Amino acid sequence: MARETEDPGMAKASKVKRQRKKKTKENKTRTVHANLLYDNAKGEENPNRHYANNKIKTTKYTVLSFLPKNLFEQFHRFANVYFVFIALLNFVPVVNAFQPELALAPVVFILSVTAIKDLWEDYRRHRSDKEINHMDCLVYSRAERSYVEKYWKEVRVGDFIRLRCNEILPADVLLLSSSDPDRLCHIETATLDGETNLKQRQVVRSFFDLDCDFDPIKYNSIIECEKPNNDLNRFRGYIIHRSGRRDALYKENLLLRGCTIRNTEEAVGIVIYAGHETKAMLNNNGPRYKRSKLERQMNVDVFWCVIILLVMCLFAAVGHGLWMFQYGDKRPVFDVLSPDGTDLSPIMSAIYLFLTMIIVFQVLIPISLFVSIEIVKICQVYFIHQDMELYDEETDSHLQCRALNITEDLGQMQYIFSDKTGTLTENKMVFRRCTVAGVEYSHDANARRLAMYQEMDSEEEECTSHGGTLPRRDSVTSHQSARVVLRSQSTKSHRRTGSRAEAKRASILSKHTAFSSPMEKDITPDPQLLDKVNECSSQMDFMRFHSQPMSQLPSDLADVIDFFIALTICNTVVVSSPNQPRQKVRVRFELKSPVKTIEDFIKRFTPSRLTSGSNNSSSSSLITNRSSNKGCSSMLSSPSAESTLTKLDEEQPPRDLEHNFGPVLPCYDGKAWNLEEGELRYEAESPDEAALVYAARAYKCSLVGRLPDQVTMELPHLGKLNFELLHTLGFDSTRKRMSVVVRHPLTDQITVYTKGADSVIMDLIKPPDTGKRQKKIVNRTQNYLNLYAADGLRTLCIAKKIMSKEQYACWLQHHLEAETAIQGREELLFESALRLETNLQLLGATGIEDRLQDGVPETIASLRKAGLQIWVLTGDKQETAVNIAYACKLLDPEEEILTLNADSQEACALLLEESLHYIQAKFLCSSTDQAAKAFHSNFTTFEIYPSSSPSSSSSSHTPPFMVHRLGLVIDGRTLAYALDKSLEDKFLAVARSCRSVLCCRSTPLQKSMVVKLVRNKLKVMTLAIGDGANDVSMIQVADVGVGISGQEGMQAVMASDFALPRFRYLQKLLLVHGHWCYSRLANMILYFFYKNAMFVALIFWYQFYCGFSGSAMIDQWYLIFFNLMFSAFPQLITGTLDKDVSAETLQQLPQLYVNGQNSEEYKPYMFWMNMIDAFYQSLVCFFIPYFAYADSDVDLFTWGTPFTTLALFTILVHLGIETKTWTWMNWLSIAFSIALFFTVALCYNASCPTCYSPSNPYWTMQRLLQDPLFYLLCVITPVAALLPRYFYRACQGTLFPSPVQVGRQNILSLSRVKVGSPLSPKPPFLSLAKPSPKGCNIKDQRSFPSSRASQEPVLQMDERGRRSPLGPRDSEKGLSDLCTLVPTEIDTLPYTKDAPPLSGEPWPPSTKDSECLDKTLEVSDVSLSSWITSTPVLAQTDSVQLNLPPDGDSQCAKYTRNSEERLKPDHTIHPAQRTEQAVEQLLHTTL
Amino acid sequence: MATSYNAKEEDGHHSGASSHGAAGVVKSKKPDNTAFKQQRLPAWQPILTAGTVLPAFFVIGLIFIPIGIGLYVSSNNIKEFEIDYTGVDISNPCYSCAKNFSWNSTTPCVCSMNFTLEQPFESNVFMYYGLSNFYQNHRRYVKSRDDSQLNGDQSALKNPSKECEPYRTSDGLPIAPCGAIANSLFNDTLELYHIDSNNTRNTIPLVKKGIAWWTDKHVKFRNPGFIKLNKHLCTNKPVNWRKPVYELDPSDPDNNGFINEDFIVWMRTAALPTFRKLYRIIQKKSNTTPTLPSGKYVLEITYNYPVLSFDGRKRMILSTISWMGGKNPFLGIAYITVGSICFFLGVVLLIIHHKYDTRSNSADIPN
Repeated sequence: MARETEDPGMAKASKVKRQRKKKTKENKTRTVHANLLYDNAKGEENPNRHYANNKIKTTKYTVLSFLPKNLFEQFHRFANVYFVFIALLNFVPVVNAFQPELALAPVVFILSVTAIKDLWEDYRRHRSDKEINHMDCLVYSRAERSYVEKYWKEVRVGDFIRLRCNEILPADVLLLSSSDPDRLCHIETATLDGETNLKQRQVVRSFFDLDCDFDPIKYNSIIECEKPNNDLNRFRGYIIHRSGRRDALYKENLLLRGCTIRNTEEAVGIVIYAGHETKAMLNNNGPRYKRSKLERQMNVDVFWCVIILLVMCLFAAVGHGLWMFQYGDKRPVFDVLSPDGTDLSPIMSAIYLFLTMIIVFQVLIPISLFVSIEIVKICQVYFIHQDMELYDEETDSHLQCRALNITEDLGQMQYIFSDKTGTLTENKMVFRRCTVAGVEYSHDANARRLAMYQEMDSEEEECTSHGGTLPRRDSVTSHQSARVVLRSQSTKSHRRTGSRAEAKRASILSKHTAFSSPMEKDITPDPQLLDKVNECSSQMDFMRFHSQPMSQLPSDLADVIDFFIALTICNTVVVSSPNQPRQKVRVRFELKSPVKTIEDFIKRFTPSRLTSGSNNSSSSSLITNRSSNKGCSSMLSSPSAESTLTKLDEEQPPRDLEHNFGPVLPCYDGKAWNLEEGELRYEAESPDEAALVYAARAYKCSLVGRLPDQVTMELPHLGKLNFELLHTLGFDSTRKRMSVVVRHPLTDQITVYTKGADSVIMDLIKPPDTGKRQKKIVNRTQNYLNLYAADGLRTLCIAKKIMSKEQYACWLQHHLEAETAIQGREELLFESALRLETNLQLLGATGIEDRLQDGVPETIASLRKAGLQIWVLTGDKQETAVNIAYACKLLDPEEEILTLNADSQEACALLLEESLHYIQAKFLCSSTDQAAKAFHSNFTTFEIYPSSSPSSSSSSHTPPFMVHRLGLVIDGRTLAYALDKSLEDKFLAVARSCRSVLCCRSTPLQKSMVVKLVRNKLKVMTLAIGDGANDVSMIQVADVGVGISGQEGMQAVMASDFALPRFRYLQKLLLVHGHWCYSRLANMILYFFYKNAMFVALIFWYQFYCGFSGSAMIDQWYLIFFNLMFSAFPQLITGTLDKDVSAETLQQLPQLYVNGQNSEEYKPYMFWMNMIDAFYQSLVCFFIPYFAYADSDVDLFTWGTPFTTLALFTILVHLGIETKTWTWMNWLSIAFSIALFFTVALCYNASCPTCYSPSNPYWTMQRLLQDPLFYLLCVITPVAALLPRYFYRACQGTLFPSPVQVGRQNILSLSRVKVGSPLSPKPPFLSLAKPSPKGCNIKDQRSFPSSRASQEPVLQMDERGRRSPLGPRDSEKGLSDLCTLVPTEIDTLPYTKDAPPLSGEPWPPSTKDSECLDKTLEVSDVSLSSWITSTPVLAQTDSVQLNLPPDGDSQCAKYTRNSEERLKPDHTIHPAQRTEQAVEQLLHTTL
Repeated sequence: MATSYNAKEEDGHHSGASSHGAAGVVKSKKPDNTAFKQQRLPAWQPILTAGTVLPAFFVIGLIFIPIGIGLYVSSNNIKEFEIDYTGVDISNPCYSCAKNFSWNSTTPCVCSMNFTLEQPFESNVFMYYGLSNFYQNHRRYVKSRDDSQLNGDQSALKNPSKECEPYRTSDGLPIAPCGAIANSLFNDTLELYHIDSNNTRNTIPLVKKGIAWWTDKHVKFRNPGFIKLNKHLCTNKPVNWRKPVYELDPSDPDNNGFINEDFIVWMRTAALPTFRKLYRIIQKKSNTTPTLPSGKYVLEITYNYPVLSFDGRKRMILSTISWMGGKNPFLGIAYITVGSICFFLGVVLLIIHHKYDTRSNSADIPN
């Protein structure tokens, strides 16, 4: 910042400025002057001339540069260089094999196809560029003294632009003036980040107070800001006025190119960045290019082809040398001297021949392979795009393939890393329950309402008629029973959430407003709490009326009201009114700006002003009647008649009660709210915020208006209250909280409301010793928080703090300093925020439900059946994450969970070590155990790595790790330790043996580290899926990144290879399209290799009969165009359209996906099998014509032409055998190929009697067609050549069909027989897997217990035998107790059937434990079912008590705790932690 | 392929356009529900199992075996006689000729060989000369010709193609016809005599026209038009030739020069190192008498062509032909063999099908 030392106010000569500019250029800032000042001094003098203009050019080439640039790019591909090299080799007379010009043809063809494609793409870009460049906008012109229309491309940095409503911004513009009275400008950034909500932008502060219209002529400030960068959320700089004053500029002042102006009639700004330097353009990087696994594998085989080629050439060269040698000095007449007449020695001759052979055999390296693959991939992408099932009607979006060349990777995934929020869940936050001042309000009615949404979904049509008769839940029944019912309901709900109907409703109701489906909006208040709110506010009103100090309010009531105030105002929600879409509601008394300076502060906070201010603000509208809202904008400023309030007081409660307790008609309910309260719309940046505001509104505490300096909320009885907004400390992910500083209108106190993650807020709470009550509240709240989390709710804590004016002034000073600092401003602001948010007073907490997306459990189940390991990496807290994991069937109640929570590196190491031991002890040694488990309905998990079971581990490349029925849960801190170099191997060893892994509280960096670790260490294919900015790094690291184009913006999508509208589409994308793409491409590549090898080998065999002279009997034209034309189309069609298994079957049998994971379509040996087959076929194709024409008068090319034909037929029939699905396209393409060949041959052979030396095939084909021998050959050769393959295929299809073939074969029977459950183990599958005892045909879980029981003895024996070496810790008695205990339990407790292996878990210390286990089972008997039903709904106060295990139980401890305690002997149990542990433990023991 | 490019275009363009806010008209992006786009084209999905495939094997077997038998029979009906006159053995009458002969000898050596035809040759008889171990398919040899010159092109006559090197010029004059193929023209003369019962030699008339392809004779090969092929033409004969090209058949101007049929036949390079080339045709005279009755014959050879240096062999072949060409039992045998194998494999598949392939049709498997 060189400029800071200078006096910027002085108007310097332009020369000086230029110098300065150079300096600043080096200093990485940009200085922008107004262009108007330099209008006369064109060009040279304008200080902005160095900046890019607004003309965009996204094209790569110009007319002149196209050829060289494109060629240069194409030669980056090694294959192209190789082919050009070979073609050029032909120009050397000694070695040339073909006519040099002809040899160039294929290379030129390939290059030009690519070039034409590039050209076309570039032209498309050019056209769109032109269109965009010629859009109009208003630019101020000095000459005209007004704004004139100009094209976008003519806009320059420093121009003044006038923007009107709904216009698109042509460049990045600094907002200088707005017609909005608040000096705001609203923009919609949907095109940038996909967020549909409006964002406010502020006029630069120094232009804030301008009364008249902004006049560009008078502008003479200088803007200094950072260089163009692609960070959409950052803009820093300052503006220097002539007076020398400088003002800071924020991202709030910048309007970005591509955004749309909304709600603002006119705005004026100065262009800061233009054209390619705008943030939008810098963010726009086109499709990505990755190399797929299949391609990598293919490249290996291309390399092998090169080796084969060289061997063949070498062989021929040696042969030629020997052949020459046998003649000695006597040169036979047919051995022609080299062109220059010299007699070559055999050795020289052999060397030349080697080169010649490379040319002749070049076809072995398939030149068209790369082009064909590209074409096929484009077609595949096209078809994926076109899939209706991947189209989401709600958002009108379909799947986007952003990476064009890794489609086949989709079929080979092994690990999926998923984000939770927004990916698995809808990111639709629904307020569920809250606790205020230590009292829990369960919101039963609300839960019922939510449940009813589900039913409405299913019975959408009957909604109105059926609504009244909906089964009424008696809210007064005991919590227990109610809870059970509710749980079961919402279990259902999770599956159906987000159905079409709901979404449609939502989209109709709120076309533009994000996060506001009726489900999120219409919260039914808890009657108890509502009473309290009413009571409280009426009391407050009373007090206000009687001018009593507000502090007399009972503290619990004060907390309630504060809680709701915090919910309402502690956010950044913008209010808009639907009547005038996107028009904000103006609630304004006087023009005030937020406190800017200390003087300002002092001035404004003098006592007199305070009182007046408070009077003023509290005298808002009184009519709390709902109708008042309609006209709020007009009525707000009207003076109030306070007497009416009392009247309303009396009316309000009964009505509310009636409203809440009356027969709940779902439709009516929704409509009523929409009509009356739905007048205001809330546009929030995050769904949580909206949910809380809607929740508060349900309690009549509604947010009415928000301005930069004031928030207006409406309270029952109290009417509208204006809170002077002193500061907003926005949410960030490091602080995990946000705060607002307001002046409370009733108490006049400066109050800080903070809302944030419980973990951080709890630490900031005033030390509990300050008050007993507060302590109690904290403890209780923590309790409920744990419960909420256990229910899978997202928790937020609400806290407040009252500051004295002195404290505030002190803080403010620091804060203002921080704000104006240019360097390290962020850090300073951060510190400043930290200073403010301390010693908070806890008000309460909220539980928000993030509902699962439609079809998530099913998708996860089927992906898992498909052999994919699914890891969830989330930033949520552990309990929440675990519960969501249960809900989405990621964790199975039947499986054991390892929880790793460690406080230190050593602890983590120890934990990992022990887990590893445990896993080994439990699973690895027991193959029979596995076999037994394999017969469980979920056998698929074991089938994933069929050959990795100890019995047959040799045959697989997967390491000898088994995937057990284990879940691993690890939190962020432990993860950080585990990801350390020293522990990562152990961590992986543990993690990979678990069926599912859940990482909670992980940061974006950790997410990407986990992905990287798994990818690099395990050498597996990874897919990362996420929706938010925090998933970007993970998406980029993974082999395939998938973005969910959800509500959280487009960053994830921008970084991804594929963008999906919903998580459930992943199933079809992977299982169907992935499988198809993979198998098609794999087969096509193999076929390519075969085809070329087969064709080339024909010539190779001929070398034995032409003295290894490099002669080819096939005409060089045929030789060169065979691949390119004659045989190209059918394989493209097959490669694009072939379906080995139908989409339905693939989805029904996810197991077939394993096919791609294990690369079964294209294994290394298959390449060699194909090569061998190719050589066999070419032998047949060579020797049948050879013998048929042996010792005849046939000439070289008349003999050679049938070879082309035969090879073509053979290759096509071969393709036919490999084609699994024959559509008319296949037939057509084959017919076309044959027709093309004969047409070309006939034309070619008739075209010129003297050309095409040396073959000169004049009239050859015509004569051949008259020769019956030719036809006879064409029939027998393909048959003989393909006999083995055909026979093998038939045998293999019958004797040892691959799973895919079984899937195919069963299509027919599948359609006949109703398939309910997953495939039962079927011989073909099992033959891969493990020894199968008996004919176990379990169809589903129902039959499990019996089979389980029958397996039990085996298991028991095995465990005993295995454990004995482990030491004295095991109690055999305990074990046998367990085992005997199990079968009896099974029948009575359907959900605990897997409890024995689970809670018999690590090492039961004594016999007492089995009793203890018994006890837990009994105790939790009732609640267990609800714990386990995977969907957390409500956790009642009572049930918590009930569930808290007796003290003795703590010994029966879960695994983690044991180790934890061992690690920390001096561990003092904090009350909160204590309960947490208890709950956690309960979780463990019961699950 | 056009559609495929569109797909890519659309895709590549989305990202670009969206950032410019050119969203414009809201049009549903819902994909068309067409069979093609949804990949639901009606299709035949053959499943290769023993059961489905075995009919094909039987059918192939049943078709191929009769064809094979037919081919074999017709091949066997062809009469062929072959006699090697290289003169490797001392007993061979041509031994001395072979021994002493090289390309540079000027005096022709004549030898005659006696042979007996056991069976009469009924229809037209084709007389071939056969060469073995003669690599007429050598890469450089094949190339060594100038088709333009042979087509009578003036400029090519005076300035033959580079491909003819090193047989392009001699003594500063262009060679006509140039190139190695022409240079190594087969120049033995064969004459056939029938020795009838009273030991008189009857010359058998050998037709030397009609042995080349019609298109070769009339389209590809042409004499250089108005200029008579004579010594005034400033060309040289190929080095190995005794006489220039315009003296190949002085008796018949239609068979002289480049359009000499023996020359044309030679210029059609053989595919394999052992080959035969049509030399003469013995026309059938009448329906009553066979073309070549059984009996004794004498083959008189003007031995000009040295082959021993590269271990070559020379043969004279007499053969009748059928609809499928010369005598070659291979194809018949091949058809019979392949047919039998197919049949056999069909049986194997039948067994496999009966033993193992019960699943595919039963419904109990995929439950």
